[in-house]
Amino acid sequence: MNAWANIKTITKRELGAYFSSPLAYVFIVIFLLLCGFFTFMVGGFFERGEASLVRPFFDWHPWFYLFLVPAVGMRLWAEERRVGTLELLLTMPITSWQAIVGKFLASWLFLALALVLTFPVVLTVNYLGSPDNGVIFTGYIGSWLMAGAYLAISCMTSAMTRTQVVSFILSLIICLFLILCGFPPVINLVETWAGPRLVELVTSFSVITHFDGFQKGVLDSRDVIFFLSIIGFSLFCNSVIIRGHRAG
Amino acid sequence: MINVQNLAKSFGTKRAVDGVTFTVERGEVLGFLGPNGAGKSTTMRMITGFIPPTGGWVKVGGFDIVSDPIPAKRLIGYLPENAPAYTDMTVQGFLKFAAEIRGLTGQAQAKAVSRVVDLCFLEPVLHQSVETLSKGFRHRTCFAQSIIHDPDVLVLDEPTDGLDPNQKHEVRQLIRRMGEKKAIIFSTHILEEVDAVCSRTIIIDRGRIVANGTPAELRQKSEWAGAVTLRVSGATGTAIAQKLASLSTVKRSTILKEEAGGVTLRVFPKSNQNGALARSIAEAAQGWQIEELHTEEGRLDEVFRSITMPDTITNTGAGQNSRRADTAQSEEKQ
Repeated sequence: MNAWANIKTITKRELGAYFSSPLAYVFIVIFLLLCGFFTFMVGGFFERGEASLVRPFFDWHPWFYLFLVPAVGMRLWAEERRVGTLELLLTMPITSWQAIVGKFLASWLFLALALVLTFPVVLTVNYLGSPDNGVIFTGYIGSWLMAGAYLAISCMTSAMTRTQVVSFILSLIICLFLILCGFPPVINLVETWAGPRLVELVTSFSVITHFDGFQKGVLDSRDVIFFLSIIGFSLFCNSVIIRGHRAG
Repeated sequence: MINVQNLAKSFGTKRAVDGVTFTVERGEVLGFLGPNGAGKSTTMRMITGFIPPTGGWVKVGGFDIVSDPIPAKRLIGYLPENAPAYTDMTVQGFLKFAAEIRGLTGQAQAKAVSRVVDLCFLEPVLHQSVETLSKGFRHRTCFAQSIIHDPDVLVLDEPTDGLDPNQKHEVRQLIRRMGEKKAIIFSTHILEEVDAVCSRTIIIDRGRIVANGTPAELRQKSEWAGAVTLRVSGATGTAIAQKLASLSTVKRSTILKEEAGGVTLRVFPKSNQNGALARSIAEAAQGWQIEELHTEEGRLDEVFRSITMPDTITNTGAGQNSRRADTAQSEEKQ
């Protein structure tokens, strides 16, 4: 009970911190502009003539998140270390796990809000045709889980450094790796010299492979577990890194 | 309330804190003195559970800070060095957050916030963002955070740093008042603060405790303690010095100033004789008039220097004396 109260307090503070700076609004606006532009212009939403959001909309999400999620997560710990408030936070009567989960949840909820604000796309497709809204819903769930996986990685890299830019670049590199090992051109390249088992192993690490099921409306427990385990593992690393700082 | 046993911390091969042992009870204000880099902040960080010790243990209110951190941390209010605060929050928002994380909600929270706002004079900046605060206000905001839950134990790392003289005075008053009911540790560079606030003082140097006692006791270690300054007329300086040297109570004397009107001398006692020196000087004064005579109390800054930099004090050997006394003291403890 007490643990949840502490997590809630941290989450509330972090959410407040997002909206007290223009960063949050800038982020949401950029995300929505990107979604709109890529769905309708680059993704060829109208030219396709089908009532579906899979290709024109969700396909771009792994790439949007590559730049946007590290920007959301980079300040979480780096800023605390730079300003020195980490000392304050960790001497309060909370465990470091509560702080980690509280911070992660705040950013994840923020990303959920950004995602929810793309609802005009859903309205549009419903107005123009009759899409399978169940598929759209699982697409959103998958997208949010994927954002969470990126975010947990950003939390981890943020704890590694005092500088937000370093955190941003580190998490971008790690997330790029997670995308590329399922990106068709890269897979084709790997196939030219590696056996099918190795290819399968590599693609199984990719967010694209696991996001694909959600886009098709399939809620596969393996995909859910994949994203959740990335989140769990990264946050665990996050706690180890923070303990490392304190041990000096 | 605070029990520190053989506390040690190494960073790589460097021993930042090396076997520090002391206790602080309720009603005590412990002043933590030491040169920069002596290990004051590191010790405080270990007491508050920010960094784990590499040796020894800390108990706060009976709870071990490493194995039982949450109940221990509940008892502690902590003002870290440089008084960090969340720059993106308003003062009020920050204090509410601090209260909430201490389990204060609703009415109790509002009361706690308004209490510390009054105590720390934060009313004029209550709705201002922490980022825009002057150093003094930011310091007091962080100080307010540390006392918001009316803790039994207060750990303050340089609480008066960056405040103007009036604010310093206020904060000292506040610490002394709170010290009647709480156990307080605070570190400082300012020696007058020790006199103004502390009931006990620890001097720490290179990670070890080199002195532990009340400010008055520490002052006794000064070679000035019990020394007599006198101004006499009617005789030459050398004549007086010779006369003084023959007294059994006098260790040595120096002539500070010799003018037509009189001679000023400082006389050091053999051991601390509590005024016997002044009396014997007065009795010895034959043929010259004493214009001025007073016994020195001993000076903390001189004690501090002789303890923490014994090599630089060359003229007397008093530094070595007090150094020896300290080693004896710390050996006793071990």
